[in-house]
Amino acid sequence: MAMLEVHDLYKRFEQTEVLKGVSLSVDKGDVVAVLGPSGGGKTTLLRCINFLEKADSGTLVFDGVTHDLSSITRAEIASIRLRTGFVFQNYNLFRNKTALQNVTEGLIIARKMEKKEAEARGMRLLEKVGMADRASHYPSQLSGGQQQRVAIARALSADPQIIYFDEPTSALDPELIGEVLSVMRSLAEEGMTMIVVTHEMEFAKNVSSRSIFMENGVIVEEGDSASFFSNPKYDRTREFLQMEENRTGI
Amino acid sequence: MPGLLVTIPLTVISFSFAMIIAILTAMVQVANVPVLRKLARFYIWVIRGTPLLVQLYVVFFGLPSVGIRVDAFPAAVIVFSINEGAYCAETMRAAIESVPAGQMEAGYCVGMNYVQIMTRIVLPQAFRTAFPPLFNSLIGMVKDTSLAANITVAEMFFAAQRIAGRTYQFMTLYLELAFIYLMFSTVLTRVQAWGEKRLNSYGGNKI
Repeated sequence: MAMLEVHDLYKRFEQTEVLKGVSLSVDKGDVVAVLGPSGGGKTTLLRCINFLEKADSGTLVFDGVTHDLSSITRAEIASIRLRTGFVFQNYNLFRNKTALQNVTEGLIIARKMEKKEAEARGMRLLEKVGMADRASHYPSQLSGGQQQRVAIARALSADPQIIYFDEPTSALDPELIGEVLSVMRSLAEEGMTMIVVTHEMEFAKNVSSRSIFMENGVIVEEGDSASFFSNPKYDRTREFLQMEENRTGI
Repeated sequence: MPGLLVTIPLTVISFSFAMIIAILTAMVQVANVPVLRKLARFYIWVIRGTPLLVQLYVVFFGLPSVGIRVDAFPAAVIVFSINEGAYCAETMRAAIESVPAGQMEAGYCVGMNYVQIMTRIVLPQAFRTAFPPLFNSLIGMVKDTSLAANITVAEMFFAAQRIAGRTYQFMTLYLELAFIYLMFSTVLTRVQAWGEKRLNSYGGNKI
């Protein structure tokens, strides 16, 4: 059974229609890569399903419960957010909190977990992303790659059913991308359900189970990653993949 | 110098109230609370647009004519709090708005609500940004309290005037008074430097 379904998602900013009826379905354990040119609506899609933007219309089925995105209540949003994690392009670590506090803040404040328990859990997660030795560092003392790994630990803190990644490596220097991707790869291998908006073709091809190509606010093509990359159905997808290959293949 | 025993509490009490007013006034604007937001803008407009000395006179000499009598010291506290609150409200608003929207979004994504994110994430960062300009206001206020002499509050300037009137030692007394204010500001400048150092423990608001 699908753990997350989106039906007919519409979103416009002023005159621009950014999402023109997007539907998708994600099963438990899926790693879905969302690809496509900038401005195609990928990020807006993620932000709408985690309510950072308010969708104009559409429905979301999360964990078996159907929600109307245009009239969803604050309580419903809060309850869904407690079961999801979000990783931002520019990390958005709390600047006044240490790495460990970034991970424990939500647990202690939003979930009312005991501080001791939250810290033990936080340390385990930092260890998992290779950041335990930097637990007491502030974001300003960490590199971009390190910050993003802490951000992933923070997203994992709630033991989420799904994690959304919004171009998690796009703001990173090339030599720092690898450390973040390898953390994401190990999460995928553990069976974490993930939606990843990305320009990393290698990651999409080799790690994700399914890939989606999005352009101009619609999903052009989707399929299991193996056939998506080896044998795309549409010319436009083929063109895009070719272009990306040329861009990165040099 | 008995005047000191008035200037210090006048400054401390007024600035504390001013900070409370400032944070509340900034918050209703940032949170866009419908009617209160307009009220906040009106308050800032009126207070910043009229002289402090006139405000002191209105409260101390004006209000009794409509049946409200306020003693000199409380009148001064009320006026200084309300006056400084308006300026500091703008400082706080600018500081809160300077915190990137992503901090708020990240807070929502870990399940926190608006008030929790404001108090634990946004306001502490805003306070770091606001700290130097707030100290500007505080140092300015120490000196502005001398205006309270005009409504018979026996603070330092008032005391100096009285002694000068008796002894005719104008130059000595007023220079001495100026020196005392300077010492006050010097101490506060040191406190500011120390405070900034502490607040910088997390690298200021650098990313």
